Amino acid sequence: MSQVIMYKGFERFWHWTQALLIIVLLFSGFNLHGTHQFFAFEQAVNIHIISAWLLMGLWVFAIFWHLTTGEWKQYIPSSANKIIAMMKYYAMDIFLGGGHPHHKTRKEKLNPMQRMAYLSLHLVISPGIWISGLLYLFYPYWSDIGIGSWSLGGIALIHTAAAFALMAFLVVHLYLALTTSKEPLGYLKAMITGYEQE
Amino acid sequence: MFFYKLKNSALLSGIMYSILIFACSNSYANVEPVKTTSSTADHTKFEILQNQFATGPDVTKACLSCHTEASNQLHKTKHWNWKFTNPDTGEEVGKSKVINNYCLAINKNYARCTSCHIGYGWKDKNFDFTSQENVDCLVCHDSTDTYKKFPTAAGHPNYKDKAFPKGSKKIWKAPDLSFIAQNVGKTRRENCGACHFYGGGGDGVKHGDLDSSLTNPDKQLDVHLGVDGLNFTCSECHTADSHEVKGSRYNITAKDTHGIDVPGRDDKSRATCESCHGMTPHPETINNKINDHTDKVACATCHIPTYARGGVATKMWWDWSTAGKKDGDGKPIKIKNDKGQVTYVTKKGDFKWGQDMVPEYEWLSGDVRYKQLDEKIDPTQVVALNTFSGSYDDPDARIWPFKIMRGKQPYDKGNNTLSLIHLFGKDKKAYWKSFNWNSSIKSAMDEAEANYSGEYGFIETTLHWPLAHMVAPKEQSLACDACHSKEGRLANLTDFYLPGRDNNKMLDLIGWLVVLGTLGGVTVHGFVRYFFARKRENK
Repeated sequence: MSQVIMYKGFERFWHWTQALLIIVLLFSGFNLHGTHQFFAFEQAVNIHIISAWLLMGLWVFAIFWHLTTGEWKQYIPSSANKIIAMMKYYAMDIFLGGGHPHHKTRKEKLNPMQRMAYLSLHLVISPGIWISGLLYLFYPYWSDIGIGSWSLGGIALIHTAAAFALMAFLVVHLYLALTTSKEPLGYLKAMITGYEQE
Repeated sequence: MFFYKLKNSALLSGIMYSILIFACSNSYANVEPVKTTSSTADHTKFEILQNQFATGPDVTKACLSCHTEASNQLHKTKHWNWKFTNPDTGEEVGKSKVINNYCLAINKNYARCTSCHIGYGWKDKNFDFTSQENVDCLVCHDSTDTYKKFPTAAGHPNYKDKAFPKGSKKIWKAPDLSFIAQNVGKTRRENCGACHFYGGGGDGVKHGDLDSSLTNPDKQLDVHLGVDGLNFTCSECHTADSHEVKGSRYNITAKDTHGIDVPGRDDKSRATCESCHGMTPHPETINNKINDHTDKVACATCHIPTYARGGVATKMWWDWSTAGKKDGDGKPIKIKNDKGQVTYVTKKGDFKWGQDMVPEYEWLSGDVRYKQLDEKIDPTQVVALNTFSGSYDDPDARIWPFKIMRGKQPYDKGNNTLSLIHLFGKDKKAYWKSFNWNSSIKSAMDEAEANYSGEYGFIETTLHWPLAHMVAPKEQSLACDACHSKEGRLANLTDFYLPGRDNNKMLDLIGWLVVLGTLGGVTVHGFVRYFFARKRENK
């Protein structure tokens, strides 16, 4: 057990900026969806567009960072046995005070379920949001790229479904990140300072 | 020398005579005529205009002595013929053809209706449309505001002082035709407004976006006409070529993809917003969404937030079926509401008025059709007097704002067709004389050579008036929320997905169940963990 830098500066910057932008996007997005009317529609549009472009820009840097540092390997799925062990832990052992089946290190930050969760976030939910969002944004030009017959309602459906999925993800993420560390709020501290016990 | 003197004294006496005439006969001496400063002709100097004119046609003859082709040009216009063949639909329309839900149509009512015709003497169907001298130059070119066509004189002004309504104390002064002829100029808002502001029989009655408040509006009321702003005349946009004026409600350009018209290159018409503003007039901000809307939303939709907002009410409902009631003494009834608006009058039935009205919105591609007199109607339904195509999927259509005039009017119950009414006139067949529906309908139908079954009823009708005037300054244009909201202005246009208004109910249900279910799940998970941890501690 030693104190190591678990999260590098860029990683922390990426995490918190992304967190803020996702929350702003969810809030302004459901404003546009008609769920609430906190902002006027045009304001909500502007906030949503600015945040979306910022997040896309951030993603470009994050992808570059992951590829150049090799950190992308952190998301390679573990074996099925390990995933089942994690599921058993969350379903049973976590109540009974059993040991965590995964030992978090700098090299393997993510437990097998986290790997699956983040991989599906990065490969399914986020692309679903980006692609449907860009189509939504550039909807008047659909006929110029030969998809004029597509339905805006269909794209809106995908975009909204992805937003709901992201919101559910956020709930679970906050629950696990804030309550499952050994010392209270240990993971939060680690994501702020970068330091964590290995 | 003698000759010179004679000429001089003749000139002098001529001037003296004119001053005398001017001072004695002219009750408008305090009216300062508006001079067009750029004109190269001063009409006061034309000898032929120094005459005293007995009638309107006499003035026209004088005009034609210089403007030789003017009447020939006007003979080709909608303003003269009240007839227009829609090039897209082939339908023959125009004021002499279409049936509305105000006074229905001009048949047998000529002398009253044609007080807004640009001619003299259209008092029956035998009017000579080839007559040069019966073109009325003054109604459009008077710059003194003293020329008025008498309401019941088939387009003539009154040549003697006369009361209108008959027997009332409102005296219409006979205009001084010589004074007016010497002070002609380009058309002004007052000229166009003299008819177009008073359509349907009174100020603001017909259109809703055209009434006398536009004579001298501020820019809040109309950003183009506003005297404190651009101070446009109507003809600034409604340009004319050989006296045919651009802009039409019969053949509407619902979407002018041609954009800005450049003189010399392609100056076709200035009567659309796009002729000056183009298709993408909004400055691009963080979003370019407003320009993105111009393919589907007409400019007027956002830029005319409400109509009839200049202080003049417009008629929204006209129920002919209640006309003809009289009081206990057999006298006609007139009822006014607390705003002073007439809500019932024996001759015409019940009215409803509206001010500062929110438009209704429809897809419009421009191909307006009018219900013809011989067309079958379904009397169990509300009958649309004009219809047009348009939908979200129609690339030529855009969402337009409308005043929809509604009312009840007589129809031919035996034939299931629309009917006409002979309202005006001295003979007993006129409804306003006898209050007998059957004979007045028959009289007008006979004149139109239409078959009347002899049985009438009343149907409810609608008439759509696309709105294009009373464009507000940009600060007052509609915000996105006006439509992008649950109970917004486009609540009735349901053939497309409108963000902010529409959602997939099933997706929303599942989505919230997933999110709240997850929240519940982790909460339960957390409590169970807490419970077991306490239990372990206690051991």
